[in-house]
Amino acid sequence: MNQKAATAAGAGAGGSDTAAPPAPDVREAHAHPKDRLLRSDRLPHIWCPTCGIGTCVSSFVEAIEESGIPEERFAVVSGIGCTGRVAGYVNLDSFHTTHGRAIPFATGLHLANPKLKVVVFSGDGDLVAIGGNHLIHAARRNIDITIICVNNFIYGMTGGQLAPTTPHGARTTTSPYGNSEYPFNVPHLVASCGATYVARWTALHVRRMKQAMVAALSHRGFSFIEVIAPCSTLYARKNRLGTGTDLMKFYHDNCEVRHGANTAEIDIGFQEKIVVGKFVDIEKPTFLDRMGANLAQRRGR
Amino acid sequence: MSEPRGAVLTGEHFMNGDVAAAEGALAVGCTFFAGYPITPATEVAERMSERMPDVEGIFIQMEDEIASMGAILGASWAGRKSMTSTSGPGFSLMMENLGLGVMTETPCVLVNVQRGGPSTGLPTLVGQQDMMQARWGSHGDYEIIALCPNSPQECFDLTIDAFNLSETYRLPVLVMSDEVVGHMTEKVVIPPEDQIARIERRITDAAPADYLPYQPEENLVPLMVAAGQGYRIHVTGLTHDERGYPEVVAPVQQRMVPRLIEKIRKNAEQIIRYESDGIAEAEVVVVCYGITSRVAQLAVEMARQQGRRVGLLRLIVAWPFPERVIRELATRIKGFVVPEINLGQMVYEVERCAAGRARTIHVPHAGGAVHDPETILARIEEASS
Repeated sequence: MNQKAATAAGAGAGGSDTAAPPAPDVREAHAHPKDRLLRSDRLPHIWCPTCGIGTCVSSFVEAIEESGIPEERFAVVSGIGCTGRVAGYVNLDSFHTTHGRAIPFATGLHLANPKLKVVVFSGDGDLVAIGGNHLIHAARRNIDITIICVNNFIYGMTGGQLAPTTPHGARTTTSPYGNSEYPFNVPHLVASCGATYVARWTALHVRRMKQAMVAALSHRGFSFIEVIAPCSTLYARKNRLGTGTDLMKFYHDNCEVRHGANTAEIDIGFQEKIVVGKFVDIEKPTFLDRMGANLAQRRGR
Repeated sequence: MSEPRGAVLTGEHFMNGDVAAAEGALAVGCTFFAGYPITPATEVAERMSERMPDVEGIFIQMEDEIASMGAILGASWAGRKSMTSTSGPGFSLMMENLGLGVMTETPCVLVNVQRGGPSTGLPTLVGQQDMMQARWGSHGDYEIIALCPNSPQECFDLTIDAFNLSETYRLPVLVMSDEVVGHMTEKVVIPPEDQIARIERRITDAAPADYLPYQPEENLVPLMVAAGQGYRIHVTGLTHDERGYPEVVAPVQQRMVPRLIEKIRKNAEQIIRYESDGIAEAEVVVVCYGITSRVAQLAVEMARQQGRRVGLLRLIVAWPFPERVIRELATRIKGFVVPEINLGQMVYEVERCAAGRARTIHVPHAGGAVHDPETILARIEEASS
């Protein structure tokens, strides 16, 4: 930064015909404007080419800036899996916990210091399968945290196994003849449990996703964003859906933006229409609000 | 609801061990409790739910014990002293996040009011069957600290000690109570606030740019910070380097995991505590802990009335195990008698340290009741013959 300023000042002064032009600062040229919010000393990251998780992280760091919330107040909590690695790449207080247990950890962080802006960033397997019980209870309590759930329909880290979100009929390494199960409709699940902000976007909708993240971060109460994201290495390959780019094209051609949709009607079938949008945005006292109110009432204040 | 009572209820009380454990936690500065109801530990949670508002603290009943353990780790990283309580089945569920606490060096306290197992076992009746689970229950190599109260007074006192140890060595510390101690109501003296030893968390004063979250101090324990202080820490259950960054390679594992173990082993003499009675002149030493120590005391007195030279060694800290004193005794006594309400757990440690130099006689009990003193006496007689 200093070198750039000095160069500009030199140019402004007219410079000199004989002086050699300053060597370009390669680091400066390659520095990404969002590097401040990323642990660039940990790059390259582990995600595959065309994976959607990186896109979600880009939108997230933009949302942090746009939210106006001081960066020092953020704490990002992840579980285990591909998306579970997000905590390790954001340059914020970050916690990479046990499989499925990001939400209880985040609940403890938040309740112990409500000034923190606690964000759980994890995958569908982590949050909805092994962590499903914690998800529904945090939603029920209206714990004031934000959940970003990257749903790629499959277990990526372990090599492509069946997830609770895998569409009916889809192939994975543990459903080689097609998935016999009914997948969770995740927005419907959390909305029915009391989540006060619920949205779904895809990795294609980077601007909408970022806007949703800004809204969720500013929301008071349990906010939840599902991001449908391509996994070309495993989900697309096992199901002969082409590349990650093909999946993005599929999102482009098959997503329907329907704000306020009845979440009961937004199931995701195998290669069928994906309804995206903001489904729930309501205000309701949080766990801490209610705790404070109960105590005040008992103390006659 | 009256006005807040404060953290330390100085005075003489008549309370059970579970309630006393809760009061000990409050007295030492615990302001966060997450738990799940389970017999015979429920009274700890109930007391905490009632008392937390007195200290501007947080009580939350989580959806299960997995979540309870996770929540207290999170609360600890937000800078609070945190605790949970449970019994056997819940203790099993807590093992995964207990390991995360060990790996991430997170201070917190877990009170396990032991009941008979395995599985649902004897929900309302006593056991001491989780002693090896306390030591080895989570996967991987680690050391742990476990304290064994034998009275409501000790439930109060040792819960204070547990917090102080957890802050000193940065790890979850276990209070291994049992159903009888937990449900027994006795006099508990709570001292004035200024007489309660409180060890506070050692926080770095380094600038964020200079701070390495997992660079240990001389005692092998790193200084800590809390979320929100501007340090932008990364904390992971993966094998990590001094920066806290995952480094999933053998050299880092070989540096990090031995340190987690050494920080306890090298400080073991400062951590280990036991109470002894007449071991200097004894030819038989009864090694015991928790409620069984109170029965054993009676058996020892009966044996002494028979003219036998019997000593009593009560483990206050069960883990790390007091290897040195057992080794030393083994060179000069005839035998150890080890009564415990299980079918063989701590006795293996005694046997290991005795290393054949003295007999080790176990006095097993499958659980559901305490021993008859006569049963222990019979084994003392056998050991001294």
